[in-house]
Amino acid sequence: MRTLWETLGKGPSRDIALVCLAVGVIGLSYGAIAVTSGFPWWFPVLMGALVLAASSEFLFVGIIAAGGSPIAALLAGLLVNARHLPFGLAVPDVLGRGWRGLLGTHLMNDETVVFAIAQEGIARKRAAYWACGLGILACWPVGAALGALLGSVVRDTDALGLDAMFPAVILALILPAMKDRALRRTALAGSAIALALTAFLPAGLPVLAALAALPLFRTKNLEGAAR
Amino acid sequence: MSSSFPLLPALAAMSALAAGTFLLRLSGPALRAKVTFPKQVERLLEVSAVVLLAALTATAALTGGDGFAGAARALGVLVGGVLAWRRAPFLVVVLAAAGTAALLRLAGVP
Repeated sequence: MRTLWETLGKGPSRDIALVCLAVGVIGLSYGAIAVTSGFPWWFPVLMGALVLAASSEFLFVGIIAAGGSPIAALLAGLLVNARHLPFGLAVPDVLGRGWRGLLGTHLMNDETVVFAIAQEGIARKRAAYWACGLGILACWPVGAALGALLGSVVRDTDALGLDAMFPAVILALILPAMKDRALRRTALAGSAIALALTAFLPAGLPVLAALAALPLFRTKNLEGAAR
Repeated sequence: MSSSFPLLPALAAMSALAAGTFLLRLSGPALRAKVTFPKQVERLLEVSAVVLLAALTATAALTGGDGFAGAARALGVLVGGVLAWRRAPFLVVVLAAAGTAALLRLAGVP
């Protein structure tokens, strides 16, 4: 770990530490929400370590807590995590080989990929990826465990505003992509579709229905390419 | 809002999600060596991820069950979003969102 910090230097190291800390704090809200939804305390901790992809875990817990089927929760989670495929295409050789490579692959998520892309040179890319990934692997399940503890002690975790954390973070993560006008329009239309359908569809499906807005982007994109 | 559900199917689905997610993570590097993806397919995958996450944000911020989640959460997320847009650090965004929602609820906003 020490050599990773040395390779990275002060600035990126501090940013990565802050993000890991923030992930731990979101883990708090995740663990608390899972426990108050009726899950045993170890469930969000185990899922946190094994799946290691926050938005899919929130979605999974939310769907099952709302009475949705485990199959629906699984499919929705997989769909949300499908973005890891292009992630894997995007990050250069930071993952490592053999057993290390398997762990490196498991560490792939929004934050590690963003940090790796931001660094120059393969050594720094690799250091950023691993420092952030190992930090998140530690902070996310520990945060979930603390949150589960908190959720079983504090009756009303909403009073602490924990439920506002997760949407705020996802919003922060997708904001840079929203600079693309066609993408912004498609995302807004998809969100509107999802919101309009929440009253009528079982939990999880409205989010998937947002993909119905995709042709909007495709048409624009193809028009742009043809010109 | 304590609900009861069969734990075993949930555990099985969670394991499948973990395995499936790992395979998705693995297939990128595995494919990169062999196939060149059409740019448009890559872009479309990227776009659908953002569209899904945007819809997730909107529903998580505004709805609970099948109704409105209340102004406190929505405004908390809005404050977090504005801070993120102004490039505030991650931790500030998270704590400001939670703090705003908590303070509003303390003041009696649902």
